[in-house]
Amino acid sequence: MRRTLTVVHALGLMLMVFSVSYLMPVAASLIYSDGTTIDFLVAMVWTSAIGFLMWLLTRRYKGELSIRHGYLLVVAMWTAMPAVATLPLLLVIDNLSFTKAYFEAISGITTTGATVLTGLDTLPPAINIWRHELQWLGGMGIIVLAVAILPLLGVGGRQLFKAETPGPMKDTALTPRITETARNLWLIYLGITIACILSLKIAGMNWLDAVCHAFSTMSTGGFSTHDASIGYYNSPSLELILSVFMLLAAMNFATHFLAWRTKSLRLYLRDSEAISLIGLILASCLGIALFLWWRNVYPSFWIALRHASFNLVSMATDSGFASVDFGQWPIFAPLWMLFLSCITASSGSTGGGIKMIRTLILFKQAGREFIKLLHPAAINPMKIGGSVVPNNIVFAVLGFIFLYFMTVATLTFALLGSNMDFISSFSAVITCINNAGPGLGEVGPAGNFAGLTAFQDWVCILGMLAGRLEIFTVLILFTPHFWRR
Amino acid sequence: MKILILGAGQVGSTVAESLVGEANDITVVDTDAEKLRQLQDRLDLRTLAGNAAHPSTLEKAGIVDTDMLLAVTQSDEVNMVACKLASSLYNTPTRIARIRSADFLARTEVFSKENFCVDFSICPEQILTDYIVKLIEFPEALQVQKFSQGKASLVAVRAFQGGPLVGKPLSVLRANMPHIETRVAAIFRKDGPIIPEGSTVIEDGDEIFFIAATDNIRSVLKEMRRMDKPCRRVMIVGGGNIGRRLAKALEHDYQVKLIEYNKKSCQKLAEDLTRALVLNGDGTDEKLLQQEHVGEVDVFCALTNDDENNIMSALLAKQGGAGKVIALINRSAYVDLLQGGKIDIALSPAHVTIGSLLAYVRQGDVAAVHSLRRGAAEVLELVVHGDRQSSRVVGRRIDEIDLPKGATIGAIVRSDQVIMGHHDTVIEAEDHVIVFVVNKAMVHKVEKLFQVSIGFF
Repeated sequence: MRRTLTVVHALGLMLMVFSVSYLMPVAASLIYSDGTTIDFLVAMVWTSAIGFLMWLLTRRYKGELSIRHGYLLVVAMWTAMPAVATLPLLLVIDNLSFTKAYFEAISGITTTGATVLTGLDTLPPAINIWRHELQWLGGMGIIVLAVAILPLLGVGGRQLFKAETPGPMKDTALTPRITETARNLWLIYLGITIACILSLKIAGMNWLDAVCHAFSTMSTGGFSTHDASIGYYNSPSLELILSVFMLLAAMNFATHFLAWRTKSLRLYLRDSEAISLIGLILASCLGIALFLWWRNVYPSFWIALRHASFNLVSMATDSGFASVDFGQWPIFAPLWMLFLSCITASSGSTGGGIKMIRTLILFKQAGREFIKLLHPAAINPMKIGGSVVPNNIVFAVLGFIFLYFMTVATLTFALLGSNMDFISSFSAVITCINNAGPGLGEVGPAGNFAGLTAFQDWVCILGMLAGRLEIFTVLILFTPHFWRR
Repeated sequence: MKILILGAGQVGSTVAESLVGEANDITVVDTDAEKLRQLQDRLDLRTLAGNAAHPSTLEKAGIVDTDMLLAVTQSDEVNMVACKLASSLYNTPTRIARIRSADFLARTEVFSKENFCVDFSICPEQILTDYIVKLIEFPEALQVQKFSQGKASLVAVRAFQGGPLVGKPLSVLRANMPHIETRVAAIFRKDGPIIPEGSTVIEDGDEIFFIAATDNIRSVLKEMRRMDKPCRRVMIVGGGNIGRRLAKALEHDYQVKLIEYNKKSCQKLAEDLTRALVLNGDGTDEKLLQQEHVGEVDVFCALTNDDENNIMSALLAKQGGAGKVIALINRSAYVDLLQGGKIDIALSPAHVTIGSLLAYVRQGDVAAVHSLRRGAAEVLELVVHGDRQSSRVVGRRIDEIDLPKGATIGAIVRSDQVIMGHHDTVIEAEDHVIVFVVNKAMVHKVEKLFQVSIGFF
């Protein structure tokens, strides 16, 4: 119990830090004078007050966190922050239930990008900025951001980092100090985002849209300021720019960092995840474009290639923008895109799902089994990019995959039980757990999640949370061992 | 010449053995007094027990008036420190170190005058590996040696009944290949050397040594004996220093299987190698060999540290149908016993690697030395200097040179050109002359002959 209160203490501090992020929508509301300034200031005061109270009442329990409580803190943050982030949504938008608001907020913070709101084009600019900022902050993990600051305040950082940074390659330290690493990753993230904003502005977006879309691109979130998403612009150059930045965001930021520090692009060639990601996406784009052309969905191959590429990159990187209603394409294409959303994103990126590194590990594991059958005496360690992956990581990956599919199955059954059709419920669960965005059918690119019942909303919320925090982090809280001394 | 050898291991003792015979004063230093005692019992040299990297030990070993330091201990670091000390404290003129780690070799500036002062670094494992790679590249050859940065090569082949040349005189070779320059330098028949002439008839079982430009080796080999099918599958037993290097060198061009007994080493090997298949097991286990289809293997190399194991697994492999079997054998008595029998090539690591060291020890301008036939014969690559007055070689036709009996000039490398040694070829200054000496006792005389007389300086 003592330690749990330590977690509450740290969480209080986090919320106080988080309240600073309201400044951006406040500024936006002043610039565009959309009359929401007061609402955001109220939300800011409430958030910091709640945080301060939590921090004050538990200050006697200030101390180092164990790894075990690192998990608890991570899950607590990813549930508490969306909760306070609903405040401005509830204050500004009429007739919005708490469930819907929470869905929108957690969809932002987990960088999913599924929305329950309609009439996005008419929302006050400050609200749109707020939604996209949530994605951006969630993208790299507010944690990584906080890790750069919190150790200064005497809260241990490494445990948090271990629980938060996605994928099995987390032990490759980039710099000797964790704070330094976090700050560097954050700077890279910030740098690419600024490049993205400028590119979008030059290619024809207004400042508000450019900032919003850069935020949701770099976090592979997928929120848009328009109901029609990127289809609103109908601009091939914008689609190209967004595709490039989505691909960058779906690669390991550690690779970006190392490439930037050594000023050499050769590092990307040595990152087997990046190679597989690009290869898989290029092959799929060509394949799907040919398929759509063959099925006469589009009159020419080039038009097919344009739409297939943008939407496929958007789904595969778990962003979830759409330029056309790809739900209308023959079912093979959207299902393949959903499949890619499961496996494509790199570890250490802002994308979600199983991650490319786990896919590679399992592929190689299958190969190892064949070798073992043919040559019983063979010693054949698993190697990814020239370095050996120990067997315990292979087992952890197998465990992860099992939990992933069990979670997908369980949540799909839950949605089916609530009287949803199969393709909608299955695609909704997949898209939530991968933090991708649009699904198919009822929740497809043309529709959204507004029509879901409260129960269905909470099932999707659970999916997004579990997917974002790599399943283990969430489910570990439900094991009796976790709570035993 | 006063020579100080640090380390009495495999390399140190072999070097000592071959240098003792050439009238040198030799001192050997090692930490293991027992090893030194055995060495002293056998050879006429001085020994000293102690740490080779300590100045006091070096002084006691007489480094002050030593002409050459050979640091060949197991440890790269000790060898480098010894060279550094020898240079900065005692001004030893020549310093040679055995360096194994690729890390050091990749940064040659480590060895420069300002740093560790190593004049020349050798890596016996690497020399041996390169040698075996050549044998696999030319599966018909018994031995392939390179001269002048690989421009010319000396190749040994065994003539078999049914080969295109058996039963015919050597002059046929020239008639068959008018465009390709080659020269048969020596023939060994029943262990005795024959100086070849145009009329010499090749018999079954002869070992033929010929010299040619490296690019022409394949065409000459084709003429000598029917081509074996090109090698694709290689099996290596023993994942020590040599086995590992060999597997690494071959794995991208051949299908390599590597058998190693120690499970931990297997793990490391498998991490180190990308394409070779690492198997954990005993190289003398016929079940394992069969299970891994030893009969399909083109070249089988037994490269463990244990002579008897190497012989046994090579014999098993041959029995199981392996194409060509190579066994690494340290004891020279075994080598003579086995070569040419069921084991196709018995490799003596000492004889393969000693050449590059000898080249430095020898007087005159010797660019390379390779010992042949387990040290019975030698090929020297000599650089000639001076002019007609100061040298007894330059400006003369080959038949004018007073070569000792048993020595022949095989070829001359003049800048990029490989010229075969005919009786009327004139030698010029700065030529690299490849001399074949069938009797080792003559080596000294040959070197004397090629030296420039005092007047040159």
